[in-house]
Formats: sequence, structure tokens, C-alpha cells
Amino acid sequence: MDALAQKDAALITALKDGDEHAFARLIDDLSPGMLRTARVYVATDAAAQDLVRETWLAVIEGLGDFEGRSTLKSWIYRLLIDRARSPAGEAIVADLGPNQPALEPERFLAADRHLWASHWAMGPTAWPEDAFERKRTVRLIRETVKTLSDAQRYVVAMRDIAGCGAREVCDALGISAERQRVLLHRARSKVRATLEREFAAVEYTNPP
Amino acid sequence: MSCKELVQVITGYLEGTLPVDDRARFEAHLEECPWCRNYLVQMRETINALGSLDDESLAPEAREDLLDAFRGWRAAADE
Repeated sequence: MDALAQKDAALITALKDGDEHAFARLIDDLSPGMLRTARVYVATDAAAQDLVRETWLAVIEGLGDFEGRSTLKSWIYRLLIDRARSPAGEAIVADLGPNQPALEPERFLAADRHLWASHWAMGPTAWPEDAFERKRTVRLIRETVKTLSDAQRYVVAMRDIAGCGAREVCDALGISAERQRVLLHRARSKVRATLEREFAAVEYTNPP
Repeated sequence: MSCKELVQVITGYLEGTLPVDDRARFEAHLEECPWCRNYLVQMRETINALGSLDDESLAPEAREDLLDAFRGWRAAADE
């Protein structure tokens, strides 16, 4: 058992023994990330608060039967996202979604050129320094995540918004590491492309 | 490695799952290409931004309710 699993096992024992301080600490540690995650599923801050509160009630209810086959964190996030995306409880279809390239083909030079084949035609330029301090940017990221396919949103929410590991997401969805990476790649690429459009941060590369 | 290929394999690079020789080709390309360096920086910025969307805390009343519920669960288990 590695260090993380040992820490997890000790915490689970404390919780099952009714250690209120351990539970309070867990709520304080995980709730901010859970609220962020909830907000890419529901429309308002208030609805996110409700969702996180309901999830914690489900945690209390399920704690006695939790066997530690996944980490405590990934189990809690699954309860949250499953509740958020489908109150009726239907399963995620873990298809990869349409195989769209991360960027339009016109962004690159032709593949059969003698020189500069498949090089940028319109290359990315640096983003504004205050890009991520803007409220509009936060809103835009959230709205973009909402438009992703169910499986892509699930993966990016678990991995990047909640900070779970690749392995945990594979276990949660019952998918291979390769599939998880493709879903993550498509989700992240779409968010990056949306930001690039927002900042109009491209230039012609003008190769010879 | 071309720019187009770099964009396709970037998640493997960031996840540390790219085979060693592809990783070397990836990094050699970066040395030469300012646009791909921007692309990599932006991918990292995007990931960081996803992980720091408006931090909020649970409402204090909700927190108290949950601690009550936890005590109630424990008391019921003891009966």
C-alpha cells in the first residue's frame, strides 16, 4: 500500500468511527473543488451549493458501505458528478465524440510541401497578461466545458477541475488509459481554442 | 516533428506517456518553433485555469447541517 492509500485508509477508518473533526476537515478540503466542478453542470452558484450539500449527505449515507476500492476523493467526486449530470441515473456513454481535429486544417500548411510541411500557417501568439484575471475568461471557460460531450466533460471535470489522477478517472468510467487521454485531449484542446478566439491571438507565420 | 503533429500529441507529452523518442522529437521541435512554444504554454495555462475557476467555500449553514447529519448518522449506527 502506498503512502496516499495508507493516509486514505486511516481517514476512512476515522470517518467510519464517527470522528467529527476528520469529517469537518474533509468537508473543508474538498468543498471548494466540488463547488467548481458543480458549476460546470448547474446554472447558478446557489444550485452548486445545493448539489455539493446533497453530495455530502450521500457521502454520509454511503460511508458505512464504502470499501475503499477507489480513493475517497474520486468516490466523492463520482457521487457529485453522477448526481449532477443525471438525476435519473443513466450511465455515461464513454464514446470519444466526433473526431474533430483540435484546430481547423487551415491553421497548418499543406502536408506535401517540400519545406515547412504541416507547419503553422496561422500560429498562436502570446495571450494577454491579465487574461486569467478577467471575469469574462472564467465565464467563457465554464460555458465551453458545458458544451463538451458528456464523456469529455466528465473527464476534464475529474482531471483538471477536481484534480483527480488519470487512473481514478479510468476506474470511474471503466475506460482504458488511451481513451481517457483522447477524451482529455479533445476537451482541453477545445477550451484552449475558445480562449485563443477570445484573445484573437494568432498571426500569419509567412514561411518562405 | 511537424507543428501539426505536436498539437496532436501534446496531451501525451503533458501526461508523460509519450514514448522516449517522440518526446525527444517534441522537445527538439519546441527549441525551433516559437509558435509551438506558445501553444504549449497556452495548454498549461488552460489546465491551470480549469483548476482555479472561482474558488468558493461551502455556506457555513450548510457546513453546520452536514456536521449535524454526520453526528446523527454516527448516533444511529451506535444504537
